Amino acid sequence: MKANSPWVFLPLVGFVLLAVLLASGLGRDPQELPSALVGKPVPSFSLPSLMTDETLTQDSLKGRWQLLNVWATWCPTCYIEHPFLLELAARGVAIAGLNYKDESDPARQYLAEHGNPFTHVIVDADGQLGLDLGVYGAPETFLINPDGEIVLRHAGDLNARVWKEKFVPLLEQNQPGGEA
Amino acid sequence: MTRMLRIVFLLGISLSAMAATDIYQFETPEQEQRFRVLLDELRCPKCQNQSLADSDAGIAQDMRARVEIMIKEGKSNDEIVDYFVARYGNFVSYRPPVTPTTSILWLAPLLLLGSGAVIIVLLLRRASARVDDSDEGGEESDMNQRGDR
Repeated sequence: MKANSPWVFLPLVGFVLLAVLLASGLGRDPQELPSALVGKPVPSFSLPSLMTDETLTQDSLKGRWQLLNVWATWCPTCYIEHPFLLELAARGVAIAGLNYKDESDPARQYLAEHGNPFTHVIVDADGQLGLDLGVYGAPETFLINPDGEIVLRHAGDLNARVWKEKFVPLLEQNQPGGEA
Repeated sequence: MTRMLRIVFLLGISLSAMAATDIYQFETPEQEQRFRVLLDELRCPKCQNQSLADSDAGIAQDMRARVEIMIKEGKSNDEIVDYFVARYGNFVSYRPPVTPTTSILWLAPLLLLGSGAVIIVLLLRRASARVDDSDEGGEESDMNQRGDR
């Protein structure tokens, strides 16, 4: 092999390709897992409601576009997220809450103190519904269509940027003219 | 004295190795064996890069408990893995199925091994060609060839 053979560039080309591949991976959020449940109905459940005496089921999440927000008083990020949920609720977005692996008394106190953005709150004390939903922490937010199917799952806090980038396009695509 | 220390040390190791599974009681050793295998094969979705056996996250505890229940219900290993994959996606398995998206995981080692073999064969051929050259042309031409490179 002579020194000017094109093969001498092979390691360089390989390195550049690898560098591009690795660099593209750097910008990705490893916490962002693809949800296996998108396009599927909310798993069936029958759980108590935090604020009333009724029993809530998967049918409670049908009939309109709504969010299902997984939260808990032990979750620091939920405190950060809470004002934005209140803002969305004030704009008319329906938000159901899933009180995940929490105690009900502190949870009620939390809502009394910080405001309640939720239309209703499902009590999932042992995290079994969370497990069925593929939840691995709080907060997480699901977008649910009127048929009770999961359209989008977002792990981490919901804020104005995430709302605009991930939720609004889907809502506009499905119900033109309205932001919900 | 050293011997004593060594025994104490070994006892310490075996105790900590038991700690992760000691609260799970199974009827048969076979069930417990399956439990350990599944815990190694399933990945904690929260503290990524830890298996369920390694992780102390709340979700990992819940998932361990669910694995225990499902084993006792008589579910097969495949059914249990499928149950978690249906909820958390292929991410949750350390042994993902071969699909178009995961094919690179399975093929890359073979491709790398193959290209390594090709490179070695090419290098060896060139080396033996050079030995042949020097046999024919003697020391002088060998030196010329080196000068070329």
